[in-house]
Amino acid sequence: MTAFADDIAGLQRQADRRRWLEPWLYLSPALVIIFTVLIVPLIIGIGYSFRKFSAFRSEFVGLGQYRTMLGDPVLHGALINTFWWTVWSLALQFFLGLGLALLLNRPFHGQKLVQGLVFLPWAVPIFLTGLTWAWLFNPLIGPLPHVFHAIGLQAEPVTILADPATAMWGPIIANVWFGIPFFAITLLAARKSIPSELYEAAAIDGASPWQQFTKVTLPFLAPTIAITVMLRTVWIATFADLIYVMTAGGPAGSTNTIATYIYVSAFKSLDKGYASAIAVLLLVLLIAYALIVIQMRRALLRDA
Amino acid sequence: MPGQSFLQRLAGQIGLYAAVACYVAFALLPIYWTIKISVTPPDLLYSEGIRLWPSRMTLANYASVLEATDFPRYFLNSILVSVATAAIVTAVASFAGYALSRFRFRGKAMVSLVLLLTQTFPLVMVIPPIYRIMGQIGLTDSLYGLIIIYTAFNIAFATFLMQSFFDGVPKDLEEAAMIDGCTRLMALRSVILPLTLPGMGATVAFVFTAAWSELLFGLMLINSESQKTFSVGLLTFIGKFAVDWGQMMAASVLALIPVCLFFLFLQRYLVTGLTAGAVKG
Repeated sequence: MTAFADDIAGLQRQADRRRWLEPWLYLSPALVIIFTVLIVPLIIGIGYSFRKFSAFRSEFVGLGQYRTMLGDPVLHGALINTFWWTVWSLALQFFLGLGLALLLNRPFHGQKLVQGLVFLPWAVPIFLTGLTWAWLFNPLIGPLPHVFHAIGLQAEPVTILADPATAMWGPIIANVWFGIPFFAITLLAARKSIPSELYEAAAIDGASPWQQFTKVTLPFLAPTIAITVMLRTVWIATFADLIYVMTAGGPAGSTNTIATYIYVSAFKSLDKGYASAIAVLLLVLLIAYALIVIQMRRALLRDA
Repeated sequence: MPGQSFLQRLAGQIGLYAAVACYVAFALLPIYWTIKISVTPPDLLYSEGIRLWPSRMTLANYASVLEATDFPRYFLNSILVSVATAAIVTAVASFAGYALSRFRFRGKAMVSLVLLLTQTFPLVMVIPPIYRIMGQIGLTDSLYGLIIIYTAFNIAFATFLMQSFFDGVPKDLEEAAMIDGCTRLMALRSVILPLTLPGMGATVAFVFTAAWSELLFGLMLINSESQKTFSVGLLTFIGKFAVDWGQMMAASVLALIPVCLFFLFLQRYLVTGLTAGAVKG
């Protein structure tokens, strides 16, 4: 009798162990790759932020690089620029992307062709996106300044990239162009997984299209929206290539973000230490932001 | 729809097509401009800069790109790297996303946090350490080194994406299959995977294009002509000569072709809407 009970308990333990192991089995390839290729170099990089590098040697300076950061006016300006660059790029990408996803979810003639065409910007390499948009904004060879002039946005057809007051809009527009397909594709895929009975039921209950959108579509899209918005924010905030190609942070530092500033510090001044310290600051800010969004998503899922 | 007049429906249709036309025009403008510049003879480049189409056309830029440069090789390298990265990432991220979606286990929040962490730091920060590590194991100047790095950097996002697609598939479906005697893997293959195919298609597309246009690591790790990817190769146009716009635009138009084909192929996974159909049926 006891032997029998022992057998049962043994089997139970074995099953428990298997259940405990199973998720880790599925996760292990991803985790191994991420640890060896990203986490280990990240830790080494954080170590760099406590050192000062010159041409042939590096020395430990403790928090010296962080003290330099506090009194750096360029960094202060870059923080503010990063905020506006991220907020405008994200808001425009998201709303235009959501609009596109909902449009593509409706049947119309040439729907497949249109879908292929509007997703194309995603495939264009980023630095090429930057160069092409810089050309479009150039009054000598591009059409946009003449369009802006004709509709009264500009007194003279000049490039918006040369004026500190408007320069940031150049990379923002290029970024929005590049990023709309991201939101459109993910939100369209999420929209397609909403069971159509829900809309049929809503229509029978006399819900208007707007009510169907707010009561059915939005709640079902909310988890996907939270994840994509969060990841996209982080990408945009750390994304230097586009600005670097179009304005290199100028004119007069008006498009200098933290990410481009890190580029400059890492490659032009060769001090990997200061660049790493700024990167750590950005990392801390973004992790704080991500934690807030995750909490909000959890609350959303609980309510749903 | 009942209760709507003919005029209302007509206005809705016109609005729909107008909105679609705006999106298409915005998406195509820079691509159109790239094509236009690629066929403009050098002497007309500035004098006819704002014309919609040049008065004379030339294909000389394409001919010199294909014959006098290493671009055909860059294309092949980029295709190899992007396809390998997309395949590996999608497979690995599907398993990881499935684990995060279907299991409750200790350390799950920690795993999500670590994945998120890899998305939050600027790439420049890991370039010096990665360069050193790759040098020590002999993977600099190698396409395999690039595949490993691109894979690592895309896994987190792809995992979150796959997790949200798995979250969208009702648990009852696989539980029913498992009660009917399927193992979890069989249920995964025969019930869950077909339902998440649109999601996997989207994941493949994202990773492929991300690998296709990556520049920074390619630039740092690849030195020899024979290993250069497309984006690195394009930069040699800017670096070596002033900027040969015509050739660069011709090269980029050529580089857009594989991605266009890829998107056309993936369209059907995005469009079929398998999920809605299966849950209903």
